[in-house]
Amino acid sequence: MSAFVVLKPGVVSTLQDQGRFGYAHLGLTQGGPADHRSYRIADLLLQNPSPSCQVEVSVGGLSVVALADTVFCVTGAQMPLTVNGQPKSLWQTHRVKKDDVIALGFAQAGVHSYLAVAGGFRLPKYFGSNSTVLREKVGGIAGGALQQGQFLPVRPAYRSLLFTLPESYWPGFSTPLELGLVPGYQQQWFDTIQWQQLYSTDYKVSALSDRMGYRLEGEPLCCQPRALLSEGICYGAVQLPPEGLPIVLLNDRQTLGGYPKPGAVLATDAAALAQCRQGHSIRFYPVSPHQLHVHQMQLNRYWAELPLMFRSTS
Amino acid sequence: MISLQLAGENALILYLSPEISAQHLMQLQYLAQQIRTLVADQLQDIVPSYASLLIVFKPEHSGILALQAMLQQQLALGCSEITQQSQRITLPVYYHTAWDLGQVAQNSGLSAAEVIELHQARDYRVYAIGFAPGFAYLGELDSRLSTPRLVSPRPAVPKGAVAIADRQTAVYPAASPGGWNILGLCPTPLFQAENAGTAKPLMPFRVGDQVRFQSISRDEFLALGGELPQELR
Repeated sequence: MSAFVVLKPGVVSTLQDQGRFGYAHLGLTQGGPADHRSYRIADLLLQNPSPSCQVEVSVGGLSVVALADTVFCVTGAQMPLTVNGQPKSLWQTHRVKKDDVIALGFAQAGVHSYLAVAGGFRLPKYFGSNSTVLREKVGGIAGGALQQGQFLPVRPAYRSLLFTLPESYWPGFSTPLELGLVPGYQQQWFDTIQWQQLYSTDYKVSALSDRMGYRLEGEPLCCQPRALLSEGICYGAVQLPPEGLPIVLLNDRQTLGGYPKPGAVLATDAAALAQCRQGHSIRFYPVSPHQLHVHQMQLNRYWAELPLMFRSTS
Repeated sequence: MISLQLAGENALILYLSPEISAQHLMQLQYLAQQIRTLVADQLQDIVPSYASLLIVFKPEHSGILALQAMLQQQLALGCSEITQQSQRITLPVYYHTAWDLGQVAQNSGLSAAEVIELHQARDYRVYAIGFAPGFAYLGELDSRLSTPRLVSPRPAVPKGAVAIADRQTAVYPAASPGGWNILGLCPTPLFQAENAGTAKPLMPFRVGDQVRFQSISRDEFLALGGELPQELR
């Protein structure tokens, strides 16, 4: 059986699959890859038939040793990748042999990388998912981040052909990052002046940002404090506490909350936000119902066509 | 009056009138059932709360605006009878001024002892479970204790914190960030993940059950297995 052993866990490395769904009514959050786009591309490059369990390497510093021949790739943040000290390209599948060491340096841009293997890691699931949520101590191995010496078995898979994603398709880390906001929830609580302010403010990512949510700093948006019954929070929802600084809620968000919300940002933009570091410039722009419809059609086409852009390297 | 609004690109939120009532809980359960039948294959999660249902679809859904229009047309708005046996449980609380008890007393013009007295004077209904695993929203608080959330949420609320916000009260099952006003600590475990897959319940109560708080001393708190957080050591 193929497997890896963790030599160095890096800053924070967690096992993640597509996320934990169907348990939000008990208060279990979704978890899953902070940059779900890079995660999904990794599975497509490896020809994995369904979303696999991968390692989300945050900031960097992970190294693992292969216990058998296998195929892997790394996508996401710009982290230097080596196999036995030899530099290797991201966004490309590589073969490794028994005793080869895969190592990741520290991210030069972005935050999260995805180390994925053909077949995916095979570990017991917790409430239907491998996704690690450190705050809830669920998923992964005993609810924690990876630790030195841990054994990561790999599901058997057909040895796939090797593919690469051309550089023109690699996600960028643009400044300012523009977040498309779909108005919803308490949108009628905000007047024209408040909307104008929200769409014209230059925000910066605060130091208090993590997989749970990204806090933004900038000119506070005054909103009348109004009592709101706690309600379900979706991925990307923007909440405005009385201090008037938006928080974009991400994978590990609380399932219910009672701060007013003008809407939610597009999922692809929320994933790009999760790759931003403290101080990154952020702007919001409005997404009309028509634009939303067009966006969803384009997104479906993007995922259908992306594998056609892969180049074979074997 | 029911309204169905966009929450995000993959989610809708259904609102009943914004008030807290046991009637709403039954109506929401009935609507959730209907929605599960209508959009079963596209549904990812459904999250009920006091007067709302968050309906989350799988990202490959057939279009959020089409789903909104379909549900708006198909949802039968009447409420059928759903009855559930509700149980009553008591949660012990070690009330303490280390956090917001003083501020709540000052806001309400009461003494700390009166705040404690009022907080444990009535039965609360479990209106929603969420925010974090096992976090139960209990209502309704005596209107004299109604206190807004903190202006900026605390980065770390201790495990077992008993807190209030507006006319709701709750116990934090695990340490987490949070914006509610903390009155004390409860030693009873509220989410026992180790019971998953066994006959034992994950939580001591369900939506619709009744909960009452009872004041205990520091010694009783420790005897019941409570762990003192940094602030009280």
